[in-house]
Amino acid sequence: MSVRNHDNPGETDVAIIGGGLVGMSLAYGLLRQGKRVTVFDEGDQALRASRGNFGLVWVQGKGDTCPEYARLSRLSARLWPELAASLQQDTGIDIELRQQGGLYICLEQDALRQRAEMLARMQQQAGGDYPFEVLSAAQARAKEPALGSDIAGATWSPMDGHLNPLLLLNALHQAFAARGGRLINGRPVQRIQPRRGGGFDVQLSDTRLWANQLVLAAGLGNKALAPQLGLHAPVEPNRGQVLITERLRPFISYPTGHVRQTGEGTVQLGDSKEDVGLDTGTTAEEIGKIAARAIRMYPALEKVRLIRAWGALRVMTPDGYPIYQQSAQYPGAYVVTCHSGVTLGAVHAGPLVDWLLGKDIDISLEAFSADRFPL
Amino acid sequence: MKQYDLVIVGAGPAGMAAASAAAEQGLTVAVLDEQAAPGGQIYRAISAPALRDEGILGADYYHGRSLLAPFKAARVDYMASTTVWEITGAREVRLSVQGRARTLQARRILLATGAQERPAPFPGWQLPGVMSCGAAQIMLKTSGLTPPTPLVLAGSGPLLLLIALQLHWAGVTIAAVLDTTPKENYLEAGRHLGGALRGWKMLLKGLGYLAKLKRSGVPCLSRVGDLRAEADDSGKLTRVRFRHKGREQSLDTNSLLVHQGVVPNVQLSRAIGIDHRWDELQLCWRPATDAWGETDIEGIFIAGDGAGIGGAVAAEQAGRLAAWQVARQLGRMSPNERDRLAAPVRRALAPVLAIRPFLDVLYRPAGEFLRPADDTLVCRCEEVTAGDIRRYARLGCTGPNQTKAFSRVGMGPCQGRMCGLTVAQLIADTRQTTPAEVGYYRIRSPIKPLTLKELAGLDDADRKQP
Amino acid sequence: MQTDSPFNRLATATADTVTIEIDGRPFNAREGDSVAAALLAAGCIPSRTTPVSGSPRAPYCMMGVCFECLVEVDGLANVQGCMVQVAEGMKVRRQSGAREMTVGDFHEAV
Repeated sequence: MSVRNHDNPGETDVAIIGGGLVGMSLAYGLLRQGKRVTVFDEGDQALRASRGNFGLVWVQGKGDTCPEYARLSRLSARLWPELAASLQQDTGIDIELRQQGGLYICLEQDALRQRAEMLARMQQQAGGDYPFEVLSAAQARAKEPALGSDIAGATWSPMDGHLNPLLLLNALHQAFAARGGRLINGRPVQRIQPRRGGGFDVQLSDTRLWANQLVLAAGLGNKALAPQLGLHAPVEPNRGQVLITERLRPFISYPTGHVRQTGEGTVQLGDSKEDVGLDTGTTAEEIGKIAARAIRMYPALEKVRLIRAWGALRVMTPDGYPIYQQSAQYPGAYVVTCHSGVTLGAVHAGPLVDWLLGKDIDISLEAFSADRFPL
Repeated sequence: MKQYDLVIVGAGPAGMAAASAAAEQGLTVAVLDEQAAPGGQIYRAISAPALRDEGILGADYYHGRSLLAPFKAARVDYMASTTVWEITGAREVRLSVQGRARTLQARRILLATGAQERPAPFPGWQLPGVMSCGAAQIMLKTSGLTPPTPLVLAGSGPLLLLIALQLHWAGVTIAAVLDTTPKENYLEAGRHLGGALRGWKMLLKGLGYLAKLKRSGVPCLSRVGDLRAEADDSGKLTRVRFRHKGREQSLDTNSLLVHQGVVPNVQLSRAIGIDHRWDELQLCWRPATDAWGETDIEGIFIAGDGAGIGGAVAAEQAGRLAAWQVARQLGRMSPNERDRLAAPVRRALAPVLAIRPFLDVLYRPAGEFLRPADDTLVCRCEEVTAGDIRRYARLGCTGPNQTKAFSRVGMGPCQGRMCGLTVAQLIADTRQTTPAEVGYYRIRSPIKPLTLKELAGLDDADRKQP
Repeated sequence: MQTDSPFNRLATATADTVTIEIDGRPFNAREGDSVAAALLAAGCIPSRTTPVSGSPRAPYCMMGVCFECLVEVDGLANVQGCMVQVAEGMKVRRQSGAREMTVGDFHEAV
């Protein structure tokens, strides 16, 4: 039994299924707008993409085939400082947001050239408002002395950054509690029943709650829950193995797509892309590949020790882009899913909450309807 | 890739006995051990004990020689200074020796990695000058070194008494032995006296230790509580505080040895994904095994204290049982032959196991070590206190993995070896449930920190072979 | 480093000395000592300060479980001192906080 729910559940404005980064970002934004919010979360053994998140607040290269996604990522990066400040004010926690730019290291010339072309296309698509530079190996090493010479080069963008995803989740939970949000956790939601006349009943093994609006933010769990609300969430797990080293004094200044040094001094290394179902384990083969690539990029990492490794399950839609959709059959029910819960966190806490509340928003979310996927 | 019938991890009593038994049946055997010489911890340095005076450690230690001789004579591939960092369900064994990582393939695996001392936090336990009793015993065995004096010992359990005696016989000036065994335990343990009497030989031996300790003149205080270690400006231990007979007392010392029993070392068994069950008597998790030591993962066995605390003699017997079952499974022995060999072993094991409940209940740690005060450091690596953990449990963390994500507890190099049990207990207390319900960290390989170079170069040496 | 060790060496079966360097100074350990035991025998307490807060620590379990005995051995950082035996000429350095990565490290492994 959870310590937090000895009071009888009653009405709430918005029920959010899922207490990860997506759910809690939405919850925080809703609380800031004065709504009553209840978050439902599973137990300690639940699959949690948020715990595996790399921590990048990343823009460059995202949305190559979906300009709306590129715009969304860009917007979120712009909104992040305000969200970080708000969380710090509410909780005292500094989530270590650093937006000083990021590098994407390319090991081969072909890859560098292709990436440069892609970014040039995206720049054109964005009407020129998409800053980036293509760096040779020497230029990259001038910017980041820890880089080795056996690289082709890198693409740099001032739009990129990183933060501490665990501190972020921590801060969101603390701010949520501080602002009167209610967390019902420790067991899964069994069923969601739309009520005649509006609203939704959330059914657990020992509790039922009536909410005016309902948001599915349960990651991989959305797939099974969505049809109950006339929604479609074709998400599948995709594993990325992540390695963490021992603590080191700071020596890597910029985050990259594969390597970043955290605020604690540990170096985080990724990643793989594996279809292995719900297996969050690690394999010596992938760990070896990740280690080898990291050493090639940063030779000093050779003698550094791996302390922990895990498999993070990305919540992947067929095209990799988010799903933001209100149920046509049951208005007031929404599904929100993406695999970039950190980057999009500020959009989730801001404009997306406006969307949930039926307010006018500047961005268009039509491209993110799940109708784009065949049933 | 090198293949073996049986790969044994650990060269303590269970490992050595199993290796000798398996080799005798004609199996191809590899024994991988982290230490430079066989013996595990209980028989540490048995092949070259440091002390000239054999009277200090006592006969039980030198019994290890009876395991060593057949082990050295057996046809096994013994790899010392070798760290096993991963074992897969397909029975691949990944190891690291001399900075190089490689994989072996096994038809059967026996984990004989033994026990560790129960991490029993109290305020100041992390101070330089505080060590475990086991650590002092290891230093006696490998190096003939004794801790600084005046020495204070504090804790509960047979090992505490034994080590106090050994150090006394070694000439160390012991200022006090502070026994923290709670009063209630004696009454509770009485309910298991029947089992204790079946193990009367061990009971007598234990009573003998107690008597010798009393006669030794070493000051022994019982029912000690509120243990605290304090430092001066140097940050090193200078004083031990405690409560005895209702009064606050303190001892000035730079040297404190602590002990609160032993628990199975489950790092490797957890990483493999073996099923573990909470043992309410031993207050720890133990891997689930059948009567031969086989786990729920086919072909993977556990013998010795790693399967549940039973002591050194039980460990060597369990090693033999596992080896014979493996031999039967691999067609080297008929079931009848196996049972014929096993029968006297099981008879010998019976009293050793019968006394366990009595000992487990008698020496159950006092509450202050299972659920330490808020200001106590629980995760030594990431410096997280008991108060921090209770706070996150109240915030909504339902188990150790969420608590880990929020507080960093368990994220350091020891991978939860020193904090896992305490974290589970604290969360259970705060959420009004049990450690069995709360669960343990998700442990993943590599279970020891390897360098990235080693990981990147896995099996490179083997690939270069023609 | 203290010259008078608080740890006492009893009469041992053999007396093979192994000379190692601790923080640049020679120390006579005994064959069979782990590096952690040698540090304690040499009076090098604390044997490190922590990366998280700079707190002083020393070996605790001597059997590879507690990771308090982390020390630099022959240039490799964060070695568990209790798992490595002393060898003639071994260079041991105590660690202070998190490991430093120097420009020399950056280009070492080309």
